[in-house]
Amino acid sequence: MIAPEASEPKPILDVRDLSVSFEQYARGLQKKTLRPITSLSVTIRPGEVLAVVGSSGSGKSLLAHAILGILPSNARVTGTLRHANENLTPERQVALRGSDIALVPQSVGFLNPLMRVGAQVRSAAHNGNAAEAQRAIFARYRLAPEVAGMYPFQLSGGMTRRVLVSTAMISGASLIIADEPTPGMHSAVVEETLGHLRELAGEGRAVMLITHDIEAALTIADRIAVLYAGTTVEIASVADFTGDGQSLRHPYSKALWRALPQNGFAVTPGAQPVLDELPPGCLYEPRCPMSTPDCTGARPEVRALRGGVVRCFHAA
Amino acid sequence: MPLEARGIGFRYQRGPWVLRGVDLAVEPGELVGLTGPSGLGKTTLARILAGYERPLEGNVRLDGGPLPVTGYNPVQLVFQHPEKAVNPRWRMRDTLIEGWEPDPELLKALSIERRWFDHWPNELSGGELQRFCLARALGPRTRYLVADEITTMLDAITQTQIWHVVLDIVRERNLGVLVISHDRPLMKHLCNRIVDLESVMSDFPAAAGEGEVGVRPSDFRI
Repeated sequence: MIAPEASEPKPILDVRDLSVSFEQYARGLQKKTLRPITSLSVTIRPGEVLAVVGSSGSGKSLLAHAILGILPSNARVTGTLRHANENLTPERQVALRGSDIALVPQSVGFLNPLMRVGAQVRSAAHNGNAAEAQRAIFARYRLAPEVAGMYPFQLSGGMTRRVLVSTAMISGASLIIADEPTPGMHSAVVEETLGHLRELAGEGRAVMLITHDIEAALTIADRIAVLYAGTTVEIASVADFTGDGQSLRHPYSKALWRALPQNGFAVTPGAQPVLDELPPGCLYEPRCPMSTPDCTGARPEVRALRGGVVRCFHAA
Repeated sequence: MPLEARGIGFRYQRGPWVLRGVDLAVEPGELVGLTGPSGLGKTTLARILAGYERPLEGNVRLDGGPLPVTGYNPVQLVFQHPEKAVNPRWRMRDTLIEGWEPDPELLKALSIERRWFDHWPNELSGGELQRFCLARALGPRTRYLVADEITTMLDAITQTQIWHVVLDIVRERNLGVLVISHDRPLMKHLCNRIVDLESVMSDFPAAAGEGEVGVRPSDFRI
């Protein structure tokens, strides 16, 4: 990994070589091993929005679950997770989640349907006057005072978003993980939700935005980590996503960028490898136009390139 | 002959009108984009066009007559969340052949692999499930496709893969498609014309957006 520059603040979260695997019984007593995350590395600093972009099955939600310590009990985890320079042990995960590490979940399904939303938001507060803090946050997010007395089913999609962000806000967490906060929302609501996340970073918190929507990521992120088949294939600054993708380093990031309707709607055939049959070499090799025999023999390591990082033998 | 919505009005019980006075037509071979803020009734209109709901006012005409009440529906709706549109207790094979038996060429075009047939829906990704939903909806008697945010939950590469296949089939069979989406660049790329739902409601519902307690307010104007 590359060392952070001296002027930059220390990462609030440092994930190195994270791998997650599951053993499953396939048929009878035959076991197979699924590897949804392989050698994944990301860091995130205070005041920064890091977008984690990838398709479904790329491991992005599992990354969030690994950080929060809520993986299923049969998961095998290797690699290191450090939070504020301390190892993120299971005990620390229990202590920190909900207080110093907060999750903005995907949908209304994460709210208690039988509890008024004001009470749910207040229950996430850890110090100070919860009622006052909840009123102030609702006012800030333009939620009328009577909304606190409503149940989740009475809220529209946009209001639900604001309630979910409110819970992260009131917790005072220094690391906020937002899991797919925007799909299927009208552009005005998308912009508003993303704006709230950007504001949280502006207050010195670190925000990890997990999304499959590269355009949403580009509007607020500082850096973008591109995931493929459970590994980080590239980490690039937002400015690299421009033109026909010539500044991007990895062939998958370029393909993702060029698939956007406004960038040519270019088709890339094939699909991510299945989790119990990962290729022995580079995980993108089976689909890669730049593939050579080197790529089938060994997995490329992450390396620094032009101010970002890439996992590819041929990237230049 | 077109698929037409004529003066459609819809509401739940005595709630505010969700849709009122909606006129819209899709011709064979035409891709029409439909957009509008969340909560305005795009999905409700989609369900009415495909015969899942009956409008309280106005009617849906296919070739100048009503939609068939029994038998195969030539207007097929594909939903945003494929995992909610398939039976979780059916293997994928049974879901696939629910309406007709898709030919091998269509399965190949949609990159549906035979080894998925024995899987349960929760074992497949959203993109894989959506391919099954499209294959199920693209029977030989389908003439119109209502695509309600069908690639919103998918990454850009899977989105292009799916739309390229759908476009090929639509051109080959001269199908009409209503593309419901929030993604302007996508609709500009796919559609012959884009319609804003607000602009086709001759009688715009005044109640929308006022947000009484107990009524689902539309969030876009708060």
